[in-house]
Amino acid sequence: MAEEQKLFKVTIDNITVEVEPGTTILNAARKIGGDVAPPAMCYYSKLKGSGGKCRTCLVEVAAGSTADPRPMPKLVASCRTTVMDGMIVKNITSERVIDARAGVVEFLLLNHPLDCPICDQAGECHLQDLSYEHGKAGTRYEFSRRTFEKHDLGPYIQLHMTRCILCYRCVFTADQLTNKRVHGVLDRGDHAEIATYIEKALDNDFIGNVIDVCPVGALTDKTFRFKNRVWFTKPVDAHCGCDKCSGQVTLWMRGDEVFRVTARKDEWGEVEEWICNTCRFERKKVSDWTIEGPTEVSRHSVISQGHYVGITKPAETIDKVMGRKPQLLMDIHTVSGVNDPNVDLSEIEGPAHSDDFKKQ
Amino acid sequence: MGVKLLLDKAHVEGIRYYDVYRREGGYRSVEKALKMSPADIVEEVKKSGLRGRGGAGFPAGMKWSFIAKPEGVPRHLVCNADESEPGTFKDRYLMEFLPHLLIEGLIVASFALGSNATYIYIRGEYAWIPDILEQAINEAKANGWLGKNIQGSGFDCEIYVQRGAGAYICGEETALIESLEGKRGNPRIKPPFPAVKGVWDRPTVVNNVETLAAVVPVINMGGEAYSKIGVGKSTGTKLISACGNINKPGVYEIDMTISVEEFVYSDEYCGGIPNGKRLKACIPGGSSVPILPANLLFKTAKGEQRMMNYESLSDGGFATGSMMGSGGFIVLDEDQCVVKHTLTLARFYRHESCGQCSPCREGTGWMEKILKNIETGKGKMTDIDLLWDIQRKIEGNTICPLGDAAAWPVAAAIRHFRDEFEWHVNNPELCLTQNFGLAHYADAREVVA
Repeated sequence: MAEEQKLFKVTIDNITVEVEPGTTILNAARKIGGDVAPPAMCYYSKLKGSGGKCRTCLVEVAAGSTADPRPMPKLVASCRTTVMDGMIVKNITSERVIDARAGVVEFLLLNHPLDCPICDQAGECHLQDLSYEHGKAGTRYEFSRRTFEKHDLGPYIQLHMTRCILCYRCVFTADQLTNKRVHGVLDRGDHAEIATYIEKALDNDFIGNVIDVCPVGALTDKTFRFKNRVWFTKPVDAHCGCDKCSGQVTLWMRGDEVFRVTARKDEWGEVEEWICNTCRFERKKVSDWTIEGPTEVSRHSVISQGHYVGITKPAETIDKVMGRKPQLLMDIHTVSGVNDPNVDLSEIEGPAHSDDFKKQ
Repeated sequence: MGVKLLLDKAHVEGIRYYDVYRREGGYRSVEKALKMSPADIVEEVKKSGLRGRGGAGFPAGMKWSFIAKPEGVPRHLVCNADESEPGTFKDRYLMEFLPHLLIEGLIVASFALGSNATYIYIRGEYAWIPDILEQAINEAKANGWLGKNIQGSGFDCEIYVQRGAGAYICGEETALIESLEGKRGNPRIKPPFPAVKGVWDRPTVVNNVETLAAVVPVINMGGEAYSKIGVGKSTGTKLISACGNINKPGVYEIDMTISVEEFVYSDEYCGGIPNGKRLKACIPGGSSVPILPANLLFKTAKGEQRMMNYESLSDGGFATGSMMGSGGFIVLDEDQCVVKHTLTLARFYRHESCGQCSPCREGTGWMEKILKNIETGKGKMTDIDLLWDIQRKIEGNTICPLGDAAAWPVAAAIRHFRDEFEWHVNNPELCLTQNFGLAHYADAREVVA
């Protein structure tokens, strides 16, 4: 009989969780969920070897383990650092982490064109979420942003290199899904670019998945390009009897029109099962699919707007971690008595006057 | 005259060739080592206190003892000859003039680590050196020092020379391993460390050329005797490649007991600053270590004399000290502009960043652009603080030490020469035609006299 495996206890932002040895800090934090989970732009649990590059998931290790409680001197990439028993990790409770992360977001946005108004990814873009949650309002960059020559990747996939944050996810996808090495990074440093060698089209039955793994709008679906904003379309789970893939997809519909087909994604925005190009690009009629029902959408997503049913509420951990409610920039009631939550407007006769609030 | 262990025979006519090298006592350490057990050799290197000469100064014996030894998995030794740090050219000198010394060290180290296939990864720009090394390898092989059953000991070893394609990043050990495997030279994320999973996922030790060459005197004289040369934890001798505004640029072997002042001004070493100029600043360990102004170079913040060794050069941390680094000693005289100099380094690191992780990829380019503005008189006062903030956000947050190496020179330049940056901002036109000069960083010698 196999010996029962000892679980490692790891404390992340004051919340303790038990995980199997070999789990990364990021995955342990995802087990807790909510704000405790560090953001990840390059790590993708389904892709071997991914992670460690974007540095958004940096965390502070306050104590290495029970056996060796020394803190780690540098911030570590939580997606590539495995937990030890008794490890104490600080994520949002560490000033250093918040500061370094804001720095990384600034670096990522430095050369990003911020063309969200015309970008197909807007609304489901991880970089948008990241900069909203961890970034600063302004930029200190005063130089022209870098641009690239256009590469044509074939009839289905559009590459916008200017938007790329070089997470290497698509490189890993192409490497791990296809037999031949077709897709990679040319050049180095800030002029490194994603491309196929000498303008070859990406030609593989499953290559469409690079669109789904891309955290930004660098790789987009040519069949959906400029057709609609993602938040106007409704995601619907559907399946079909496909002989190449599982056929389990999400249809993005408006009325009875199928605008886009993508793989199903979990709460971390990761594809659950790869789908084939035929399902993704060719089957754009409702009659091709058996519809299962609306997809669960995270409440924070803009896709959840418009009275959409089946909204899931994310785990809220700020209370537990910081011992306080999420901070507002300014509590309006400290400077203005108007709309005091303690006053029930319906109980006031006639139009409300500031005196009505001061009485309280 | 200090002790010379590596370069003592460098001027013997024809030392590059096997016959002369052997006649001068070459390959004695291999004879000695093959009679020892591998564990004893590692122990001897540990005892010697030999520290890695590539930059970080990690004890070589310790590194060797960390190598994993799983059953049935081959182990490899890789010699890091990708010497690309601006200002460092000591390995080039060793390989060019004493190739057999490196081969000898490699054979001993391969035997100690159990590596049957040893690689020399050499920088692409050293286009003529692989031929010298390969000739030396062939000579060694013809005389039974390499190949099957070396000198009847039953140990097999082959040395292969692999040329890089000219990327600074491939001097980082994991990037070097990737490149050696034929992939793009991107540093790997550690752990796993190369000692566990290196070349082709096999346990690997990566050592600098000079470290491996220094194994020869360690074995010849014994670790105990080697550790007595030098001072404290800085044992043995170190090659320093001196360049910049000095009378005698070149590679010098020092035994770490001389002072920095002696090194710069004595005729035996750099021979002072040419044309009667005064010293402004110095980078004591290759372009990535912090620059030191003259007053902090000769004396530490505590007022002690600064010596040419690991501890003394790093005395005071980064606030008032620097690092031994790889031994690229760059001297700047009073006519040099620190802003321009920092821009040159920032441009280098921007060009050499592999582009894998975001702080280094984006931050190095940003720093270069800001420095360029300041240098050409378009800078603003806030740019200096911005530079400081950028370097702070790069340092320590990257996959490999290239981010740190890009951040440190900028940080040190602002820390010690902020008034020069401010002068550039305040005098946008003057700074195009004139240099800031020495200011209050007077040459320590003049002040003392």
